[in-house]
Amino acid sequence: MSCKLLLTSHHQACPQRTRNLQNRMHALRQSSRKEDTMRSRSASAVAGIAAIALMATACGGDGDTGGGEEGSAEGTLVIWSDPERADAIQSAAAEFAEANGIEVDVQNVSFDDIQGDIVNAHQAGNAPDVFIGAHDWTGNLLRNGTVQPIELPTDRAESLDETAVEAMTLEGQLLGVPYAQENIFLMRNTELAPDAPETFEELVEVGTDLKDDGETSEVLAMAVGQEGDPFRMNALMTSAGGYLFGQDDNGDWDPEDLGIGSDETIEAMEKIAEYGEEGEGVLRRSIDLENEASLFFDGEAPFFVAGPWNVGDANTSDIEYEISAIPGFDGLDPASPYIGYQGFFVTEGSANSALAEEFVVNYVTDSDFIQTLYDADPRTPVQAEALEAVSEADPNIALMAETGENGMPMPNIPEMGETWEPLGVAQAQIISGADAREALETAHEAVAERIGR
Amino acid sequence: MAADRSGTAGASSKGAPAGRKSPGGPQAGGSLGGQITKILLLGLFTALGVWAVLPLYLAGLWWGIGLVVAVVAFVYWVYFSKRTVPAKYLVPGVLFLMAFQIFPVLYTMSTSLTNMSDGHRGSKDQAIASIEAFSVTRDADSREFVLTVAANGDPETGELVFLLSDGEGGTYAGTEEGLTDLVGAQVDDSGKITDTIGYTVLTPAQVNSRSDELQEFAVPTDKGAGIRSSGLSSAFEGNAVRVYDESCDCIEDTETGVVYHADDERGAFYDEDGQRLPQGWQVGVGLDNFLRFLFDPTFASSFFGTLVWNIVFAVTVTFLVFVVGLAVALTLHVPKMRGKVVYRILVVLPYAMSSLAMYLLWRDMFNADFGLFNRMLGLQVDWLGDVWAARFAVILANVWLGYPYMFLVATGALQAIPRELGQAAQLDGAGPWQAFRHVTLPLLMVAMTPILISTFAFNFNNFNAVWLITRGGPFGSEGTTAGGATDLLITYTYRLAFSEATAQYGYAAALSVMIFLIVSVMSVVTLSRTKALQEVER
Repeated sequence: MSCKLLLTSHHQACPQRTRNLQNRMHALRQSSRKEDTMRSRSASAVAGIAAIALMATACGGDGDTGGGEEGSAEGTLVIWSDPERADAIQSAAAEFAEANGIEVDVQNVSFDDIQGDIVNAHQAGNAPDVFIGAHDWTGNLLRNGTVQPIELPTDRAESLDETAVEAMTLEGQLLGVPYAQENIFLMRNTELAPDAPETFEELVEVGTDLKDDGETSEVLAMAVGQEGDPFRMNALMTSAGGYLFGQDDNGDWDPEDLGIGSDETIEAMEKIAEYGEEGEGVLRRSIDLENEASLFFDGEAPFFVAGPWNVGDANTSDIEYEISAIPGFDGLDPASPYIGYQGFFVTEGSANSALAEEFVVNYVTDSDFIQTLYDADPRTPVQAEALEAVSEADPNIALMAETGENGMPMPNIPEMGETWEPLGVAQAQIISGADAREALETAHEAVAERIGR
Repeated sequence: MAADRSGTAGASSKGAPAGRKSPGGPQAGGSLGGQITKILLLGLFTALGVWAVLPLYLAGLWWGIGLVVAVVAFVYWVYFSKRTVPAKYLVPGVLFLMAFQIFPVLYTMSTSLTNMSDGHRGSKDQAIASIEAFSVTRDADSREFVLTVAANGDPETGELVFLLSDGEGGTYAGTEEGLTDLVGAQVDDSGKITDTIGYTVLTPAQVNSRSDELQEFAVPTDKGAGIRSSGLSSAFEGNAVRVYDESCDCIEDTETGVVYHADDERGAFYDEDGQRLPQGWQVGVGLDNFLRFLFDPTFASSFFGTLVWNIVFAVTVTFLVFVVGLAVALTLHVPKMRGKVVYRILVVLPYAMSSLAMYLLWRDMFNADFGLFNRMLGLQVDWLGDVWAARFAVILANVWLGYPYMFLVATGALQAIPRELGQAAQLDGAGPWQAFRHVTLPLLMVAMTPILISTFAFNFNNFNAVWLITRGGPFGSEGTTAGGATDLLITYTYRLAFSEATAQYGYAAALSVMIFLIVSVMSVVTLSRTKALQEVER
């Protein structure tokens, strides 16, 4: 039994496992590449000595980020995209290229690497003209001066979801043009659980009954892992009243008001801990990003906290599933999952800035272009016309958009990046049964020190 | 190649400048083939030199060009002179050493003295430019136009002109002098001016080729930063809120009236309350990065705690790997053993597989609820969540992955020891253990000691082993900054330096320098001690 489970879960989770492995390898490569770029960057003096090194070896750089052949040159609009969307962008942009008498070259960079690489490449002077990215990078892109602000004409701005534009905005400036959004939601096995649970308590009750009957071995597949997963946990934390950053009068995130160690958050996590390892055992550290999906697809868990990236696998699996919002706690606030926006950015100092701006301002906001991207990689469009067209064709898109109604855009201030790790570790400790106040107050101090508050 | 031909072609070659009598042996230029190879290699080297000079020339770095020329000239001298025979052999190695070892170390050291990190990457000028660019805002009553970019005369050199239409019938021509009414312009359905008298309308490609100019171009209006372009077909009136003032080296926010003063020690603009602007620049901070983890109470305690575990980890793994590897090698060295080849292949298998994938597999096997160990053995151990269990897990996985290498080396070394020595010892009345202890092991250690030292150095910095299994965890109640129970210095450095969004290169470089020093000192000490031991044994 034990071996079988391990083997089958391996088999089922193969695509995801490889992807995770790839991510991990990327992380490793990125780490070494960061150091490489670090060495090769700085003053051009470095380039001179590096050139001597190359003279001695008679071989070029690895061409990843350091290679001079990449990056923008006048007359060719270079776009960085993740491999999933690169072909779609290339074909869609061909029209743009022809109309404007230039060439478009879309280069593949793994999505997880784009942020780090773009900042390094910009510093080294060989960045692309345009790149695809997520709204929560904006803080880091701003402080490194990597991108140039964009002005959208009113009619273009009005065709986009207002929250999406706000999410891409920092210090009153629009940093990128959003085209799609995504958020996590609840996926349920309709054979095991026909009705969408209204509250988290109901979810646990239904799941526990199934588990007691021996139908399943888990109540809920929600990744926690050894280091916690604040991205997913945010839905439950906000339902129970916790918060990460406060908002000022304009609705901007306020790094002064850090909520990790606040009484509200401590209470919220105490509530969540009731379902942790020392409580109901619904949330456990042993469920992580590696095995969450296989638990659901193997029918071992009736509920799954999933994202749009799981829908493809769900469609090819033999599980009957449905999508609904993550339920909040009974009598408390609705669960508010993070919403992530993706869009296109123009690099500062691009040699083709006029066309790069033209591309993101007038082309990325065009519903035909968004649909082409959707066909390659289905994400909910934020442009009204495209959303309508896409929702008609795919009912899941409308459902996903619905599950994000109570969502909140992930904070895009630079300070956000510093919260993930300490908060995650604290949440994992609380799930394992540690004292919530102690864990969160420590995390609060660590974050406060890192962001200099 | 060159050596093969030297016998036939070498004798008939006429014009070889370097005489055959040169003391450099056959490679020094006797044969035609050797000459051709030499000329080709030097030509390639020169080409690379030219290639390296081009970017330096563009950047105007004359001393860099001088350095390249000097290196090329030096190499020419070495390979054409008859008196530099040792240098002919040493130069390539030394160049490699400088380029790939010494230079990175020096560069890391110089980085460790700066505050280079996200938000502190570029120069002060870049930071100011970025702050100003990001302060141009559009308020409710600022105007918006449909834009056509034109030039006054020649499309490539003529002065840029913005042909603007406000969508309500008004058409204007905007130059660097200001905005004037435009009469007689043809406007299409979208409101875009398609033609007008006196100006040349530019094609998109022509506009694009003047992108740099366009970035700077603004039509001055009575307020703010003037009318700027956004793409090829829209323009808007903006207002620069933050302005840099050279006289006070400060940035004033004209909207709120707050003044941010440049702090050249911290590399950012700060206001009176200590609030900073996000864009900063790189400055030298002296030894601050080193002082931070040596003397800051939180960092210091975690640094030394991590250091102790790091040493324990490396020593334990090296020792266990050696013992297990040697034991297996000895077992398979017994002459009577059958099927040795099969066993040897089996033993080497873990070494042959990708360690990256193996570490991930081990991590899954350690999963408390779904992992192989707990399920098979019926245990309830929180492998990755309990301090000592996690440490045990990391060491176990590493020994498993590391012992085959030690087995290979030990097998080779054992085969080089004549069996007669062991037999002679037995004839003298020594038991198997005594024979091993006093005859085989000392001989074995001669070959194994350098391997053990390199294994130690490797494991001291074995990033993958820890990062892929535990990511340094489990973490205590102090959180991640204090370091996890299985953190090595290198994973600790990695997390502090590159965790999530903020890359702190300066601080990471300082920690790397410390690791470099620690490993160097340990290696030197161990090596000199082994030398002393060997002296004693003799």
